[in-house]
Amino acid sequence: MTAPGEKAHPEEAKLLQLLDADGRRVPDPELERWVEDVSTDQLGALYEDMAIARRIDVEATALQRQGELGLWPPLLGQEASQIGSARALREDDFVFSSYRENGVAYCRGVGFEDILRVWRGNSGSGWDPYSINMATPQIIIGAQTLHATGYALGCQQDGVDSAAIAYFGDGATSEGDVNEAMVFAASFQAPVIFFCQNNQWAISEPVGLQARRPIAGRAPGFGIPSLRVDGNDVLAVLAATRIALDRARSGGGPTFIEAVTYRVGPHTTSDDPTRYEDSNQREDWVRRDPLARVEAHLAAAGFFSDGFRDGVKAKADDAAARLRAGCHSLKDPEPMTVFEHVYSSPHPALERQRARYTQYLATIEGGNR
Amino acid sequence: MSTLTLSKAINSGLRRAMDDDPKVVLLGEDIGKLGGVFRVTDGLQKDFGAHRVIDTPLAEAGIIGTAVGLAYRGYRPVCEIQFDGFIYPGFDQIVSQVAKLHYRTRGAVKMPITIRVPFGGGIGAVEHHSESPEAYFAHTAGLRVISCSNPQDAHLMIRQAIACDDPVLFFEPKRRYWTKADVDESLALDSFPMGSARIAAAGTDATLVAYGPLVQTALDAATAAADEGISLEVIDLRSLSPIDFDTVEASVRRTGRLVVTHEAQQSFGIGAEIAASITERCFYHLEAAPERVTGFDVPYPPAKLEEHYLPDLDRILDAVDRVMGRPNSLSGQGL
Repeated sequence: MTAPGEKAHPEEAKLLQLLDADGRRVPDPELERWVEDVSTDQLGALYEDMAIARRIDVEATALQRQGELGLWPPLLGQEASQIGSARALREDDFVFSSYRENGVAYCRGVGFEDILRVWRGNSGSGWDPYSINMATPQIIIGAQTLHATGYALGCQQDGVDSAAIAYFGDGATSEGDVNEAMVFAASFQAPVIFFCQNNQWAISEPVGLQARRPIAGRAPGFGIPSLRVDGNDVLAVLAATRIALDRARSGGGPTFIEAVTYRVGPHTTSDDPTRYEDSNQREDWVRRDPLARVEAHLAAAGFFSDGFRDGVKAKADDAAARLRAGCHSLKDPEPMTVFEHVYSSPHPALERQRARYTQYLATIEGGNR
Repeated sequence: MSTLTLSKAINSGLRRAMDDDPKVVLLGEDIGKLGGVFRVTDGLQKDFGAHRVIDTPLAEAGIIGTAVGLAYRGYRPVCEIQFDGFIYPGFDQIVSQVAKLHYRTRGAVKMPITIRVPFGGGIGAVEHHSESPEAYFAHTAGLRVISCSNPQDAHLMIRQAIACDDPVLFFEPKRRYWTKADVDESLALDSFPMGSARIAAAGTDATLVAYGPLVQTALDAATAAADEGISLEVIDLRSLSPIDFDTVEASVRRTGRLVVTHEAQQSFGIGAEIAASITERCFYHLEAAPERVTGFDVPYPPAKLEEHYLPDLDRILDAVDRVMGRPNSLSGQGL
């Protein structure tokens, strides 16, 4: 099967797949041994994760439209890439993501209100990175790939078998940081995974502008083995990420994974894809929906009962309700916190500004102005 | 007490910091076997191993960005940027990541990264090897910026920088690397607080503020001025973020006159900040407008022109004459 977005890449590389768009198992002895242990129950759990991630995403988009959030970057369409990879990780692995990996954050166990803190404008960071071993999502495109590489070097030095995973998009592969990260990771054989979600778009720019050939083809040039996986196939993504993690943990160094997927929604709630997107292309991809194929597969296995479906829906609705409640529970930060945490100990110039602004505010609150 | 060059004094400070804390790792280009192009890390890889003194690929964003990841993991990376003019490829990681992560994470993630930068001119180098980019970093919230001028301070300040939980830009005056002086390596780390200025020479008529390579030039100017009966107080700032304005202000309140000198271009520079802040703090104690003696607002020039660019003793004394109301190069121009 040829994915529609690959038209820009005539010299197509093999696309790893275990579940096709209709939910049929695709035989691949090399790949499927990595997910032999995944029972129908567990596939159901992956489906549930994807459904919850999608529901959270829809709710957050609604919250933005209702004026509760300043901005939201939808992950619609990328659920399998995010859930499949995140569920392969161990707790002691460390995630360095971009801003769109809210499905990954969900898998890491982030608090619902913490997902929204940044997007409501309350804070630069939603959570304490060490509480879920996931760094503050990165907005500078590609910068986190170097952080993941450095963190992985630290794991290597510490003699532990934890790994770091960097999430980034197709657009990021044009950034210098990503290329430098691959050079460093290869040179030091750092236990890091470069997980590229090729969602076909960097805002309005199609992937063909970033890469004339499949992105996964670049990594071998750096000395990094790469896998090109159907990013809408949660099982194949899980298998690919497990392969990469196994290599990282056993001293085999970095792996590059290109998860070929599609950004079904806008870049962010501020974007207008009707100005640049061919709606036929989107429709093609919607037919390859990551949830629908698992649903079809589970149904064929007699697992997708009404009870299962209702149960998933109830959990997803509950997650959405908690997200909404969490959003409303976020209090505006106190004015003077603008000065906090710039430095870990006082900086005289800043302390002087803080003292003066305190006085200034007092004159307003005292009614003297 | 041992007699050390400024370069060796930093080397012994790095060695001490690595001995004291196994989480201190060095990253940079050519810092291993070669010992750095200025030999500041000479012998450290041999003694501490290639896992703690890491020769990196030739990529400044890579050096800084991996240091960020190491810091996330609890390390205290010390990055060497080979020359001042090579720091710009790493600028985004410094300004957007290193400087902001503590603020972004509300204090959860510390970035105890030291970035060593040999800086300044006067060595007859080719383009990009003589720059003074310190103001970019002093302008950036979240960074601390310091610059040593002599071996004793260099030894203690590099250790202070590494011990600091905030990121520190450590500017090394490359033309003073070979300056020798007695260094007491047993001095306590808190012999002076990081961020404090030093009165390098006491005086009464005018305050001359300098840092890094120009401290020696300023001291020479003070000696020359003394011959003409003018007493200059020379302040070695040591820190550019924060600037120890209390020390500068106290001096200017006594002298009533201020001259600031640095190699970096004039506009929007450290000198501008000092002139503005001191004017705010002690306007009524000033007997004359503050003077800046700096590099010109030009790209750093070719070696055969650098003597015209770099502030020297005579240009400093000309500015001193101006604040003292004595005849000077601008006399008669209504200035």
